[in-house]
Amino acid sequence: MRPETEAELSEMVRGAEGSLLLRGGGTRRLGSGVGGLLDLSGLSGISLYEPGALTLVAGAGTPLTEVEALLAGARQRLAFEVPDLRGLLGREGVSTLGGVAAANASGPRRVQVGACRDHLLGLRFVNGMGVAIKSGGRVMKNVTGLDLVKLLAGSHGVLGVISEVALKVQAVPEAAATLVGSRGLADGLAALRAALGSPYDVSGAAYVDGAALIRVEGMAGSVAYRAQALQARLGGAWDVVEGADLWRGVRDVSAFAGADGAVWRVSVKPSDALAVVTGLAGVAHRAVFDWGGGLIWLLVAAEVDVRARVPGGHATLVRALPGMEAVPVFPPETAAVAALTRGLRAQFDPRGILNAGMMG
Amino acid sequence: MDMPKPDARVLDAREAVVARLRTVLPGDAVISDPAETRAYDCDALTAYRCAPLAVVLPRTTAEVSAVLAACSALGVKVVPRGSGTSLAGGALPTADCVVLGVARMNAVIETDYANRFIKVQSGRTNLSVTGAVEAEGWFYAPDPSSQLACAIAGNIAMNSGGAHCLKYGVTTNNLLGVTLVLMSGEVVEIGGPWLEAGGIDLLGVICGSEGQLGVVTEATLRILPRPEGARPVLMGFDANAVAGACVADIIKAGILPVAIEFMDRPCIRATEEFAHAGYPDCEALLIIEVEGSPAEIDEQLARIKAIAARHQPVAYRESGSEEESRKIWLGRKSAFGAMGNINDYMCLDGTIPVSELPFVLRRIGEMSAEVGLDVANVFHAGDGNMHPLILYDANKPGDLERCEAFGAAILRLCVEVGGCLTGEHGVGIEKRDLMQVQFSDADLEAQLTVKDVFDPGWLLNPAKVFPLAVTAARRAG
Repeated sequence: MRPETEAELSEMVRGAEGSLLLRGGGTRRLGSGVGGLLDLSGLSGISLYEPGALTLVAGAGTPLTEVEALLAGARQRLAFEVPDLRGLLGREGVSTLGGVAAANASGPRRVQVGACRDHLLGLRFVNGMGVAIKSGGRVMKNVTGLDLVKLLAGSHGVLGVISEVALKVQAVPEAAATLVGSRGLADGLAALRAALGSPYDVSGAAYVDGAALIRVEGMAGSVAYRAQALQARLGGAWDVVEGADLWRGVRDVSAFAGADGAVWRVSVKPSDALAVVTGLAGVAHRAVFDWGGGLIWLLVAAEVDVRARVPGGHATLVRALPGMEAVPVFPPETAAVAALTRGLRAQFDPRGILNAGMMG
Repeated sequence: MDMPKPDARVLDAREAVVARLRTVLPGDAVISDPAETRAYDCDALTAYRCAPLAVVLPRTTAEVSAVLAACSALGVKVVPRGSGTSLAGGALPTADCVVLGVARMNAVIETDYANRFIKVQSGRTNLSVTGAVEAEGWFYAPDPSSQLACAIAGNIAMNSGGAHCLKYGVTTNNLLGVTLVLMSGEVVEIGGPWLEAGGIDLLGVICGSEGQLGVVTEATLRILPRPEGARPVLMGFDANAVAGACVADIIKAGILPVAIEFMDRPCIRATEEFAHAGYPDCEALLIIEVEGSPAEIDEQLARIKAIAARHQPVAYRESGSEEESRKIWLGRKSAFGAMGNINDYMCLDGTIPVSELPFVLRRIGEMSAEVGLDVANVFHAGDGNMHPLILYDANKPGDLERCEAFGAAILRLCVEVGGCLTGEHGVGIEKRDLMQVQFSDADLEAQLTVKDVFDPGWLLNPAKVFPLAVTAARRAG
């Protein structure tokens, strides 16, 4: 099924007799799903773009590339740096705005500007009964009623089918520079935390392949000043690389793209990152650290129980290997949180037909 | 403004309810003497007052849980209260409710600079969160005008903003986790000092839920290193539309000031008489603040000045010292006080797309002339969050009603141009009956079902946020 309007989408959901497998571009789905395919790529088109108000509204099936191209023409962008996980997950297809919102897909700049959900001004969606619902709007500040936008962002389609997205966009800064420093793991992670604890407005803090990467963006003079000040504060040798190209690799975890193994996305307190990885001593693994250490991408064998090694925080199984079918993709929840989540799903999708089997 | 008829069964059982509360709380945490509960009869929307059945002031999450479990068992409604600074009536009691104040829960639980968070009890005031970390050079970014008094619990309930949220975001963008007590008494930990919550984003719907879903007792908040410096610039224009165009150009140019504040002529004149800040007498005035090192500030202000010059400002004054910065902010910060000095006023909070500013300001002016009530505008221009102040005379019969009708018309206008009823103050009782202007029945029903999940008995902060007719069946239980 491929609706081209929200009304058609409502009709299809209302009339569905079994589970529906939602798909924007199919580029970032986690786990496997069952049900009849509901292809949302027909809900496409940018209906509003006001560069002076930093606002864009588009159908959920609008390709991300189309949005990015339009924004680039006005020297603007999506601030939350959407990861392209096709290489990592071995997918093809065209990422859509609805999929980005449903996955709350957020890249390295999250440490500075927040996640996708922090840039979602409003949503329209269709619940599991086929009812079209609006939450939020297209303005920058809005506390009118309960914030269903946040609830839907990152819900992977289990509460409703997103049909339209309103986003806050950002001007592209005129300059960007990255400090690149060869460091051991403990020193490198400590440098990331120290940089994030400085007043220099760091917009990226990652550790990949033995190097700490620290990014600053803004006006040319300001970037030069802050790159200098950070080097003085952190000490040791740093190369300064201009531009932002090397962040694409961090964002997309391209280091693991062709490599064998299960991929986990681990979210912890940054200062716990070191312990998670040293706990894997003697176990074959690779790790990429983003968000100052708060996000660890782990590449391990199928039998490694990553969740048992995470002290506080969460681990999501992003890429499973054959034989891992029994391992839950999403982190287990406490009984109290699980009860609330179950209650919400029962209200929004009483028949349990939307992406059945996702999120536990 | 209508409120539901109090539950006679609960009113009759007042003694028993108070006695039950005394079994689960220390003696000094239960207030039932009407002379002492009077302080809780209203919040900062003082036009409406009601004496509650009783007030409780617990000190711990366990005590909050015990109170809610007891009230749940007795079928007694609970109105949560932070510091009572809500401008929307969010903490207004009903006669048959227990007010649960979190003011005694004000401790700092954990401060962690390496991981950039602080964990506090929710009764702690906004400014004292920054107070706990400023010696180390850190701050908590959301800065509502009431920050000296308002509690984090209320900030979370209303998703509070402030002048600096243009750069740093509002409460929801700076909140990492909460301890939430449900009406049943169950304690739920949601989120934590990490960025991914894992499952469905419950934290996102709890923030801004106006006490409808649970009582937040502890909060994990993002703290940030304080910037090296800040400097404001003041500029005057001879038309609102020109000032609005200047704001749009600055934003489009990719400059991100921490604040862009706007005042119109009525507001400039009133504050000038009151505060003597030395503001130019012009149609519209912008205060723009930027942050960074002295050189970074110079770089940004040079860019802003060049953009402003294209709009022929009639005044342009960059601060050259701490004292000059203070003077530039003085008028803006005393604007509400200045208006209060000359009149009673009602403060609105609608948000509009920035591009609609000139049109909406003109329409408000026209409507003001038709209604015969003056309006002064002072607001956060960078994000379109307007604060029209409608002036009226509380002693003149009918004036309040005319003012409220005018306010409702302005909020309808905000929604018509693509905006919303409230940008940072919340719905409370004040905008409750306008919700259907912005939302369809289906939109509202979806919100109600979220409350059904968290508070199936509809006992928490009833008769707020949603139109009474829409919630009647649920409240009747």
